[in-house]
Amino acid sequence: MKVISGKPESLTDKKYHYCPGCMHGVIHRLVAEVIDELGLREETVGVASVGCSVLSHNYFNLDMQEAAHGRAPAVATGIKRVLPDRTVFTYQGDGDLASIGSAEILHAAARGENITVIFVNNSCYGMTGGQMAPTTLPGQLTSTTPLGRDVKKEGYPLRMSEVLATMDATAYIARTSTHNAKHVMKTKKAILNAFKAQQQGQGFSMVEVLSTCPTNWKMKPVEALQWVENNMMKYFPLQEFKKVSGGDQ
Amino acid sequence: MKVLMKGNEVIGEAAIKAGCRYFFGYPITPQSELPEFLAKKMPEVGGVFLQAESEVAAINMVYGAAGTGARVMTSSSSPGISLKQEGISYLTAAELPCVIVNVMRGGPGLGGIQPSQSDYFQATRGGGHGDYQNIVLAPSSVQELADFTMKAFDLADYYHMPVMVLGDGAMGQMMEAVEFKEENLCSSLPEKTWATTGCSGRERNIINTLYLNPDLLEEHNKHLQQKYEQIKNNESRAETYLTQDAEIIITAFGTTARIASSAVDSARAMGIKAGMVRPMTLWPFPSSAIRETLTHCRSILDVEMNAGQMLDDVRLAVEGKAPVYFYGRTGGIVPKASEILEEIKKIGGISYESHLRQA
Repeated sequence: MKVISGKPESLTDKKYHYCPGCMHGVIHRLVAEVIDELGLREETVGVASVGCSVLSHNYFNLDMQEAAHGRAPAVATGIKRVLPDRTVFTYQGDGDLASIGSAEILHAAARGENITVIFVNNSCYGMTGGQMAPTTLPGQLTSTTPLGRDVKKEGYPLRMSEVLATMDATAYIARTSTHNAKHVMKTKKAILNAFKAQQQGQGFSMVEVLSTCPTNWKMKPVEALQWVENNMMKYFPLQEFKKVSGGDQ
Repeated sequence: MKVLMKGNEVIGEAAIKAGCRYFFGYPITPQSELPEFLAKKMPEVGGVFLQAESEVAAINMVYGAAGTGARVMTSSSSPGISLKQEGISYLTAAELPCVIVNVMRGGPGLGGIQPSQSDYFQATRGGGHGDYQNIVLAPSSVQELADFTMKAFDLADYYHMPVMVLGDGAMGQMMEAVEFKEENLCSSLPEKTWATTGCSGRERNIINTLYLNPDLLEEHNKHLQQKYEQIKNNESRAETYLTQDAEIIITAFGTTARIASSAVDSARAMGIKAGMVRPMTLWPFPSSAIRETLTHCRSILDVEMNAGQMLDDVRLAVEGKAPVYFYGRTGGIVPKASEILEEIKKIGGISYESHLRQA
């Protein structure tokens, strides 16, 4: 009998704690599949961040460090500078990466740290109860913008991929989505490109993945997926912003 | 062989001699000679010097590097050490070894750039959030900057925790003859089987600090406290100077202790039986070294470059068995030996007897 589908070796058997309809599970799997396909599981060190994915070290079946809020790119820098031949990735949410960790991500990218960042953008702080994030859309209701994000008071969302793509030392920057199967597969391809860029020593790579938070958005899972397509993608266009040539991507 | 070197550079050289090959820092006066020295030296020995975007980033780079099992150091001065406190709490919780150097300057706030000892509380009470301690070493000469920095790496590796070397602006800037004694380094330290280096050929390792289950978090805290008890029993160090017959004991650390020892000499010349206990470890605090003098000592004078911080630990050590006086200068002012002598005279000079504890 031939096994045609199974759990990637880079995932543990532990049951996810994520809410129904949350895309973290899918994105975890995509990262694990890519690590498996590149044969990197035993030479990878992952860095979990603070947010819903703080416990991602329970699910990735490889060496992991859990960083303080926003500091994952600095922690990954420390790891990579000691172990330049290992694969190092961070897995961060949008509050972690774009708000409290904005300095760390900008400077890791500016230095061209040869790491891969998986940036999951669900437009809110999921773990603490759905507060406004730097990625919250104008008008979006959150627990700290009960009347909707007012750009006159709370400003505009940060488009991190666009910002990082302008930097000289970034090698691969893409934004993808997980709202349907086609885009899930495109996300996997982008994650593969990002890890390959690291393998080839090209510098900093990041995939921003648009995701859902049905619990805090107060939507059914399918509605949440539709909301990504109809609202988030308008503000956060899906694009491969930067791809340094020279690799076999 | 002894060489003449500046204090800040000695810390850098000592780190290299101790096998440290990774340094993450951020410029701040009066310690900038240390990162500058290592920016030049680290590449020469195959190491990494990285100037981080902030002290916050630097201490988190230390976390990542320490998690791979490498010997790693960061340094800063008072305001920068405040910024590192978040990371120090995490390093402690994750039980990661590293060395943190604080070349203290006057505070609070931006304060000034002159030497101070006003981070004693921050250093010895943990500093960040949570129930924890760091080992804190207090050198008082350039030679001790070398010895204690090297020792700090061994202690960090042995106990799996951050160790702080607490100097001050004066010590960082002064030049003295120094010898690097590599033979003093510990040769048998526990293997770092917990390091995250890629799980090839073994079970995966996880370095984390989140315990959502309170029972597990309490277990973790108990484990840390047991370690601290062991450290208290094994690592307290103090130097005593002319204490055997002393009736007045000065307590002072670091630069202040150097000045206070001159005041002790002057007092002795005047016939006042003064002596000094100099804590070399601030945590664990060498309470017993102070307590042992109470058989003959009748009063204590604590001298610091702050408003009275080690004073609390001295009082706890003395347990009310002798009066404890205090003299301190703040703001980056270094006390003069003559000022300390005046304080000694107040206690034990002109009206000597009236200030003494009744036997």
